[in-house]
Amino acid sequence: MKAELKRLTDRAAADGLLDVAYATLDSPFGPLVVAKTRRGLVKVSFPTAYDTEETLAELADRISPRVLEAPAELDDVRRQLDLYFAGRLHEFDLALDWRLTDGFRKRAQQAIARIPYGRTRSYTEIARSAGNERAVRAAGTACGANPIPIVVPCHRVLRTGGALGGYGGGLPMKEALLELEGVLP
Amino acid sequence: MTSLPPFQALLDEHAADVMAVLRGAVGRSDAEDCFQETFLAALRAYPRLEDGRNLRGWLLTIAHRKAIDHHRANGRRALPVAEIAEEAAVPTEPLPDREIWTAVGALPPKQRAAVALRYACDLPHTEIAAALGCSPDAARRSLHEGMKRLRKELA
Repeated sequence: MKAELKRLTDRAAADGLLDVAYATLDSPFGPLVVAKTRRGLVKVSFPTAYDTEETLAELADRISPRVLEAPAELDDVRRQLDLYFAGRLHEFDLALDWRLTDGFRKRAQQAIARIPYGRTRSYTEIARSAGNERAVRAAGTACGANPIPIVVPCHRVLRTGGALGGYGGGLPMKEALLELEGVLP
Repeated sequence: MTSLPPFQALLDEHAADVMAVLRGAVGRSDAEDCFQETFLAALRAYPRLEDGRNLRGWLLTIAHRKAIDHHRANGRRALPVAEIAEEAAVPTEPLPDREIWTAVGALPPKQRAAVALRYACDLPHTEIAAALGCSPDAARRSLHEGMKRLRKELA
């Protein structure tokens, strides 16, 4: 049955019927679900945040119910994430699909996407970049609601003064990513 | 509109059943093509589906139509010789139906097609006859013989 399903997925992609392709990748923090549309990477789920079913249901509801497991479509994402976790890739070269976010949050997340590897910003700086310096709390919410974590590096956003703040994947993961990037010892 | 589950869930839950029914309806060698046609048609129509409550029934209906199309396309050509190969192990847990369809798949071709068209596709004798390119009497005989054999096999 595996070969039949692979053939079906390939044909669906060729016929333009694959609206959301997803795969489960191994990471040092546990399995990550990654999903992309024809526009680009649309979702990375934390190992801890949701179960896979919930993530897929959200994609089906918000983008299209034509959601299929198609690991081959995500080879490039997998390769770049593997290299990143190995410390050998500092800048992702991936098209992003921002359609799971909008408004101030989207502007804040796009500001986060511009933070360079190994650098950090404060929630206040992100709020300012998104066009409203006083919306610090909203900037925090935007970090928490980031649909594409790791690739959009919300782990690089800290409290003013350097306290870690929060993280959707749990603080140990945030610390580990900052250590990987040499921000933390 | 009610929210539809990700299409992958339909594959995970129902692909094995659809394949089993198609093997019964058109035989092992043609089931694979009908399977692809079934799921591509389903995928094409899926976002516009208004009622997601009976997805299994919806998929099987599409599979039945594809099986009928297949028989009609084959027209009066002789049906292929049945391959009575053992079913490969199916990774998901078997439904009671599947045992029946496996037995149907093992019937001689005319009987197999008659049984599948009658009970999976719900066709009347005249249409079974048209699909198989035989007389209604012959269709009725094939169906009768097939059912007799199935009852014996599954008793």
